[in-house]
Amino acid sequence: MEAAASGGCGSGPPLLLSEGEQQCYSELFARCAGAAGGGPGSGPPEAARAAPGASTAASGPVADLFRASQLPAETLHQITELCGAKRVGYFGPTQFYVALKLIAAAQSGLPVRIESIKCELPLPRFMMSKTDAEIRFGNMAELHGTKVQIPYLITEKNTFKRMDDEDKQQETQSPTMSPLASPPSSPPHYQRVPLSHGYSKLRKSTEQMHPAPYEARQPLVQPEGPSLGGPGAKPLRHQASLIRSFSVERELQDNNSSYPDEPWRITEEQREYYVNQFRSLQPDPSSFISGSVAKNFFTKSKLSIPELSYIWELSDADCDGALSLPEFCAAFHLIVARKNGYPLPEGLPPTLQPEYLQAAFPKPKWECALFDSYSESVPANQQPRDLNRMELSIKDMADFPVPTQDVTGDDKQALKSATDEALPKDMSEDSATPKDSNSLKARPRSRSYSSTSIEEAMKRGEDPPTPPPRPQKTHSRASSLDLNKVFQPSVPASKSGLLPPPPALPPRPCPSQSEQASEAELHPQLNRAPSQAAESSPAKKDIPYSQPPSKPIRRKFRPENQATESQEPTTAVGGPASVATVKPHPTVQKQSSKQKKAIQTAIRKNKEANAVLARLNSELQQQLKEVHQERIALENQLEQLRPVTVL
Amino acid sequence: MGWILVTSATVILFLQNYPLYIRSVPTENELKFHYMVHTSLDVVDEKISAMGKALVDQRELYLGLLYPTEDYKVYGYVTNSKVKFVMVVDSSNTALRDNEIRSMFRKLHNSYTDVMCNPFYNPGDRIQSRAFDGMVTSMMIQVC
Repeated sequence: MEAAASGGCGSGPPLLLSEGEQQCYSELFARCAGAAGGGPGSGPPEAARAAPGASTAASGPVADLFRASQLPAETLHQITELCGAKRVGYFGPTQFYVALKLIAAAQSGLPVRIESIKCELPLPRFMMSKTDAEIRFGNMAELHGTKVQIPYLITEKNTFKRMDDEDKQQETQSPTMSPLASPPSSPPHYQRVPLSHGYSKLRKSTEQMHPAPYEARQPLVQPEGPSLGGPGAKPLRHQASLIRSFSVERELQDNNSSYPDEPWRITEEQREYYVNQFRSLQPDPSSFISGSVAKNFFTKSKLSIPELSYIWELSDADCDGALSLPEFCAAFHLIVARKNGYPLPEGLPPTLQPEYLQAAFPKPKWECALFDSYSESVPANQQPRDLNRMELSIKDMADFPVPTQDVTGDDKQALKSATDEALPKDMSEDSATPKDSNSLKARPRSRSYSSTSIEEAMKRGEDPPTPPPRPQKTHSRASSLDLNKVFQPSVPASKSGLLPPPPALPPRPCPSQSEQASEAELHPQLNRAPSQAAESSPAKKDIPYSQPPSKPIRRKFRPENQATESQEPTTAVGGPASVATVKPHPTVQKQSSKQKKAIQTAIRKNKEANAVLARLNSELQQQLKEVHQERIALENQLEQLRPVTVL
Repeated sequence: MGWILVTSATVILFLQNYPLYIRSVPTENELKFHYMVHTSLDVVDEKISAMGKALVDQRELYLGLLYPTEDYKVYGYVTNSKVKFVMVVDSSNTALRDNEIRSMFRKLHNSYTDVMCNPFYNPGDRIQSRAFDGMVTSMMIQVC
């Protein structure tokens, strides 16, 4: 891993470090970065991260370290200038390493020049007093001295993240166990380092600091003297522009692995970063990044093309030539890992699988989206979501080869799974599309969208025409049905001796009152077999519930309500009729008691009706959405075909 | 015009009559296989032009090219984009059935498509995809 240090960060001269140098420098860097965090009281990593700093060595410890090299002050100033810290305003890894190399050069008697660092140099020597180090670096649990394996710069930094999760002691142990390409030769490397006794002691005592420091995310190095660059605002990781994205990824290397044995696990931070990068490339997080866009982006990482090609191979699970968000995260993570020196795995690690990534990191937005999209109670959100989904690339369209049923199935699952989340509505667009697209992508992929999309469209065309059978197709929204039923001659009309039902049943509870009022108006003409008051009143309530929706319900509830009634085919009439029969009941007391029961049953049934209707509503909206998507897909195809024909 | 040559196994994948991918299991005599493949390329071209519209085709090329002492079966396959896959199989293996050959070609084609989907792959480059290699290896192991 020679060029790891040089890769990514563009701000330093190309640097070739030997293994020993790398280890040494990485430890030093860790120490410096960590010390600043450990000294002033290392807050939680998040807090440290919040500070305007990334993986930079704090100025204090760096200054101390440089002083410990026992070089004259002006040499140190020169070094800091040369290494670029002044220019960029902070001691990033590259700057730090260059500085260390220059120190080594200076200590070897070479002039402090950039060229000096190009030759082989011994490691820089630092005289540090143990007490200082201990004080500065705090008291960390003693690490297993020589067993500490800090094989690679990156590995070390990778361990930082563990600080978040586990006991510091444990974390420090984990770096030692880090198996990633970490030859057991690190102890020998350790000893190779011609450090002073104090320094090596310091090392052992401060090994654990290494993880911690990285989290510390120290703000700018305060230069040893005012000559060293001012504390420029260290761009937050997330603020790194795309151009700097891969230099930033070096900072990310700290985040690389939560656990030493799982370098392929994406941390929350990393994921956020990846998602942000994704958004910069493709605003819709549920859509895809096309191959060419991704290629340009990843090429900036300066990895070799074969490696990038291999990374793509690993991460594009469905080989569709585009990256969805989880695929993109996996690819990005692999790139970051590779830049940090991890050899690329033979196969996509399980923690980077798209399904795993989706499941493991149900980002709030996605959850929101899922919940909102599938929430029966938020149909309004489906509208903006629909619109957003419509913007999906044609790939998505093509990726919906299987008929809508699957999507509906997925929706239902998502609904069930996401019901717990309370989510911001504006995330609704992220909705099921990731889930849908991924689940759909899992299906046999359509390789050539142009050729198969038409077939799919045709296939899909078959679906819309068959909406789920509405409960009451015969019922129209208009009240005509009611009227039909209403006007139907009813035999038992006479029996009931119906009087025009009172406009409202005053004793009835409020929710039903308005319904009943409307209902009552219908009933004047109702003549129906008498039914028990209890049944009739719930029935009556059902009817006025809402004209169109009540129709299906009416049907459903008819049998229930009029179980004991003499049933007539037109149940709706039965309801009103039964209702009508209620009213003429002479005794008010009977009415009141029965009304209470009726009210209760009516409430219950209304609730059921609500649920049914809500489900129906959601299903219909789903279909509407799907039909919209199909339409858009077809329009897209048409547009695509049009220029072809023109040419 | 790509090629894949598979013998018992040699795989050569050619694009525009120059090789994209070559793989042989018995590594000796590769040149012989290459020669056979080149000659069979002519036959393939001939068949393509004869077929006219049928672009995706699986054909068998039979031995006329072979030395009398050895038996080889040369199979050809052409994709939509005129990428030719040529497979040379040693007849001393129990003769593979046609549908096995077809399935092998189909797998090759699928893998090739996956390779093409990779934006970092430029058509005309040699194929260095590990997945492709793995697939071909497994296929050849199966054959041998």
